[in-house]
Amino acid sequence: MSSNSNIQEAGGGAAPAAEHVSPSENVIVKHHIVAAAFWLGVALLAGLFYSMQLLQHWPLPKWAVLSPGRIRMVHTNLIAFGFLTNAFLAMLYWTVPRLTGRAVLSRGLGWLILGAWNLIILGTWIGLHLGEAQAVEWGETPVWIDPLVVLGALLVWAQFYPSIFRAREKALYVSLWYFSAGLIWLGLTYIMGNFFPQYLVAGNAAGPLLGLYIHDLVGLFVTPMGWGMMYFFVPIILRRPIWSHALSLVGFWGLAFFYPLQGVHHFLGSPIPMFAQYSAVVSTIAIEIVVTTVVINFFMTWKGTEGYLKRSIPIRWFWLGTLNYFITCLQCAFQVTLTFQQVIHFTDWVVGHAHLVMFGVFSFWIFGMIEHLWPKLVGREWWSQSLRNWSFWLTAVGLSGMFLVLTAGGVAEGFMSLNLAPRETILEMLRPFWFTRTLTGVMIIFGVGCLFTNMAMTAIKSRMAHVDLDYEPYEQPEKEVRIGTI
Amino acid sequence: MERFSFVFLVAGVIFFVFAFAVSGLIPMLPVQDLEVRTIEQMAQDPPFEWTLLQEQYPEAFQKAFGGLNENQAFAEALRVGHKQYVGEACWHCHSQQIRPWGNDEARYGPKSFPEEYHNELNMPPLWGTRRIGPDLIRRGGRQSNDWHVAHFYHPPDVNPPSVMPDYPWFYEEDGLTPNKTGLSVIAYVQWLGSWMPRVNETIYDIDHLDGTYSAPAVSHPEPPAAPQQQQQPTDPFAEEEQN
Repeated sequence: MSSNSNIQEAGGGAAPAAEHVSPSENVIVKHHIVAAAFWLGVALLAGLFYSMQLLQHWPLPKWAVLSPGRIRMVHTNLIAFGFLTNAFLAMLYWTVPRLTGRAVLSRGLGWLILGAWNLIILGTWIGLHLGEAQAVEWGETPVWIDPLVVLGALLVWAQFYPSIFRAREKALYVSLWYFSAGLIWLGLTYIMGNFFPQYLVAGNAAGPLLGLYIHDLVGLFVTPMGWGMMYFFVPIILRRPIWSHALSLVGFWGLAFFYPLQGVHHFLGSPIPMFAQYSAVVSTIAIEIVVTTVVINFFMTWKGTEGYLKRSIPIRWFWLGTLNYFITCLQCAFQVTLTFQQVIHFTDWVVGHAHLVMFGVFSFWIFGMIEHLWPKLVGREWWSQSLRNWSFWLTAVGLSGMFLVLTAGGVAEGFMSLNLAPRETILEMLRPFWFTRTLTGVMIIFGVGCLFTNMAMTAIKSRMAHVDLDYEPYEQPEKEVRIGTI
Repeated sequence: MERFSFVFLVAGVIFFVFAFAVSGLIPMLPVQDLEVRTIEQMAQDPPFEWTLLQEQYPEAFQKAFGGLNENQAFAEALRVGHKQYVGEACWHCHSQQIRPWGNDEARYGPKSFPEEYHNELNMPPLWGTRRIGPDLIRRGGRQSNDWHVAHFYHPPDVNPPSVMPDYPWFYEEDGLTPNKTGLSVIAYVQWLGSWMPRVNETIYDIDHLDGTYSAPAVSHPEPPAAPQQQQQPTDPFAEEEQN
C-alpha cells in the first residue's frame, strides 16, 4: 500500500511526456482558465449587485433584463457552469494525460469543447436575463439549453474516457477514480434534474429529483473533480505521497455510495414521504464519517510540511480549502437533523453554508491550482509576490467574514421566525448583517481582482522566466519512470 | 477496485441508479395514482379576485385577454403569471411549502399535502429553499388586488422594510395600470391557496390552531378521485406520514 510508495506514484507516475502533453494542450488549459476567470468575474459582480438589493439599494437601472431576481440566477449558474466547469476542464486537460500516459482523444475536439461549452454558458447568461429560467434550483439554464448541455457532456466523455480506459497502468491512481465516476455522474445528474421534473413527473414526485439534482451537482460533479484535483496537486507540490492509500479507498467508495442518497435533505418538511426524508438524513450523517477520513488523510500528508504554508501559496489555498471542507461537512451533519431544520431551514444559514462550500472550498482549491499552473502556462514567474499574498488574505478573510455573518444572521432569523415575529421585524434585524455581507463581498471581489491583475501582468509584463521544478523530474522522455503497484 | 471498468460501472452507474431508485423512484409510488391536473382544468374555478381584477381594469383586461372567455383567459393568465414567477426568481425568496414544524402552521396554515402540487404548474414544483418574504402557497386573497398593484410597482411603498425588487415593467406607461404581465402575475398569486380556507398570518389570528391538527380539507377544486387504488399501495407510507 502506501508505505513503500515513492514520489512517482504519488504524482501519478507520469509517463514520458513529450509525446502526450504537447504545448498546444497547455494552450487549451490556459484558455479554459481564462474563460473560468471571466465567468467568475461576472458571477461575483452579479452577487454583489444582488446583495445590494437586500440593502434596498439597487445599483443598476430598473430594466426587466437586469431584474435582481434574474441577476441572482446569473450568479449561481455562472459559478456552476461558467467558473467551476471551465476550471475543472482545464484541470482535466492538465492531469489526465499525465496520470494515464495517454493523450486526450483529439486536440480539435478540445477546441470544439472550449468553444461549445462557453457558447452554452453565454446562451444561459442571455436566457436568464430574458426571463427564460427553468424552475430547477442551480439548473435554471433555459429548457432550450438543456439538451445542449447533455451534448457537451457527451463531448467531454469522448475526450477523456478513452485516455482513462487505455491508461498505461491498469490500477488507476486515486484522482482517476474520481474523474471516471464524476464525469458520468455529471451527465446522469443533469438528465435526472432537468428533464424528469420538467416533462415527466409533477409535484410530489418531482420534488425529490430537484433535491437530488442540487445535491448531486455538488456532490457527484464538483466534489469528485475537486478531490481528484487535490490528490494530484498536493503530492506533486509537496513531493511526498498521500499518507494512506486505504483511507483514499474509504473516502472514494464512501462518497460514491452515500452521496447520491442524500438529495432529499434539501426539502425536509415538504410533503415528500418521511421514509425518504429519514434515509437522506441518515446517509448525510454517515458521509460525515467518510469525509473525516479524507480530511485526516490530507492533514496527515501535510504533517511535517508546515513550512510550505508559508512558502507555497498554492498549498496555502489547498490547506485552507480543506479546513473549510471539514467545517462545511461538520455543519451538514448537524444542520440536516430535524432539530436544526426547524430553526435554520429557509434562513441565511443555508446561504452561508453554500458560500462556504462553493467558494471557501472548491474555488479556493481552483485558485490554488491557478497559482500553481499559471507560471507554467505562460512560462514566466509571477509578476508580483505581494499581490499573491493580498489576493489570498483578502479573499480568505472576506469569505470567512461572509460565512460568519450569514450564519449568525441565519440563526437569529430562524429563532425569530420560530417565535412568530412579524416578517418586517426580521428584515429590520437582518439589515446590519446584510450590510456586513456586502462589505465582505467587496473584499472578496478585491481579492479575486488582485489574482486576475497578477495573472494578466504575469502574462504581459513579467520578465523572469519560470523554471518548472514540479514536473521536470517526471517528464524527461529518456528517463524511465516506474509506476509502482498501488 | 482501482480499475476503470469497476469504478465506472459500480460507482458511476450502479450506485447512482440505486440511489435514484431509493430517493427518487420509491417516493413516487405513494403519489403515482394522483392525477396531474392541467392548467385548463384548474382554470375552470377561478378565485373571486380574478373576477374583481376584470372589473377593476376593463381596458387593460380587454387588451390582454380580449377574445377569450373567462376560463380561457384565466388559463392564459396562470400560464403567463407562472412563467414570470419562475423567470423573475420569485421562488428563490418565497417558498411554496408549509412544513409540519417550526411554527409554520401557526403562520401559514395547515401543512402542505401532495394534492396541492399535482398540477401542470408544479412541473417542477416551486417549493423553494429560502424565505426572505413570506411563504406563498396559501397567500392568495390575503391582500387585495389594489394592494398587489401598488406593491409590485415599489414594495417599500406599502411595506417599508421590504427588500423585494420593483417591477415597473408589469405596468402600462402610466405606471398605474397593470399590463398583461402584471395582471397575470397578480392572477397567479391570488390563485395560490384558493383551494383552501383562508388563514391569517399574525399570532392574534390563529383560531384555526385551537382544534387538533386535523387532516387538511380541500374545499375546491376537488382533489382528483382515485381513492380505491390509491389506498392499497400507499398504506405503509401513509401511516408513516401521519407520525
